[in-house]
Amino acid sequence: MTVPGAWYLTLAAFLFVIGAVGLLVRRNVLVMFMCVELMLNAVNLTFVTFARMLDDIGGQVIVFFVLVVAAAEVVVGLGIIVAIFRRRAGATADDISLLKG
Amino acid sequence: MDWAVFIVAAIAILAGAVGVVTSRNPVHAALNLVLTLFGVAVLFVAQQAHFLAVVQVIVYAGAIVVLFLFVIMLLGVDQSENLEVEPLAGQRPAAVGIGIAALAALLLPILFGKWQWLSGQASVVGPAHTGTDPNVNRLAKALFTRYLLPFEATSVLLVIAVVGAVVLARRPLSSERRAETVTEEP
Repeated sequence: MTVPGAWYLTLAAFLFVIGAVGLLVRRNVLVMFMCVELMLNAVNLTFVTFARMLDDIGGQVIVFFVLVVAAAEVVVGLGIIVAIFRRRAGATADDISLLKG
Repeated sequence: MDWAVFIVAAIAILAGAVGVVTSRNPVHAALNLVLTLFGVAVLFVAQQAHFLAVVQVIVYAGAIVVLFLFVIMLLGVDQSENLEVEPLAGQRPAAVGIGIAALAALLLPILFGKWQWLSGQASVVGPAHTGTDPNVNRLAKALFTRYLLPFEATSVLLVIAVVGAVVLARRPLSSERRAETVTEEP
């Protein structure tokens, strides 16, 4: 007996919200980045579930593109983090406050 | 059997996600992230998305998490963070409130059985399950016919990302560094 798609969607909603709350709460930029990955994974799970529920391969193709964009995003984001923290020590987002008035 | 797989994977996913948010050490957060990614890959297999499950393990657990760990080690920021201090008054209650509101907004259409509001109608690309073709064949057919232009665009995106990472991570040339120190001094 297969699990109904609504259960997968509920699980993905919880995963997305955990990632969003973590992004708002944590101050370490690397952990904030990991929370973004959690949210992307929740969306991927939703797409695959909809692909099954609607019997449509388009959902899985979109997940493929999300994976590519996530990989590019991580590469550029970590490059920015390395470039910032080479100049100043401290790993929290509160330390990057140059534009603060 | 399906329920057992789903429940075990769901527990792994949620435990890993909570671990990412609550662990003090970034290395532990990265390892918890691997747990979540494997759980999602298991659920991909449970929904007959075999190719995506393999790509999930290779790209996410194999490349992205290793990149995270590499940067953690490179920067030497693997010291733990004190989570008891709340830097901004009322930040955490506000974050939890936003989270509960988002969860309610996401769950309402699902609980009322109106998930089509979120998904829309089926597209014209092709079926995911009816028929006898394997999953990889269907995905490849869709990717190289209807989605060929976005597929080529992702290759351009990857090239741009590689060039951007190199530009960001390289050490500035000696002449540029002198100019930067001059501008930064006042």
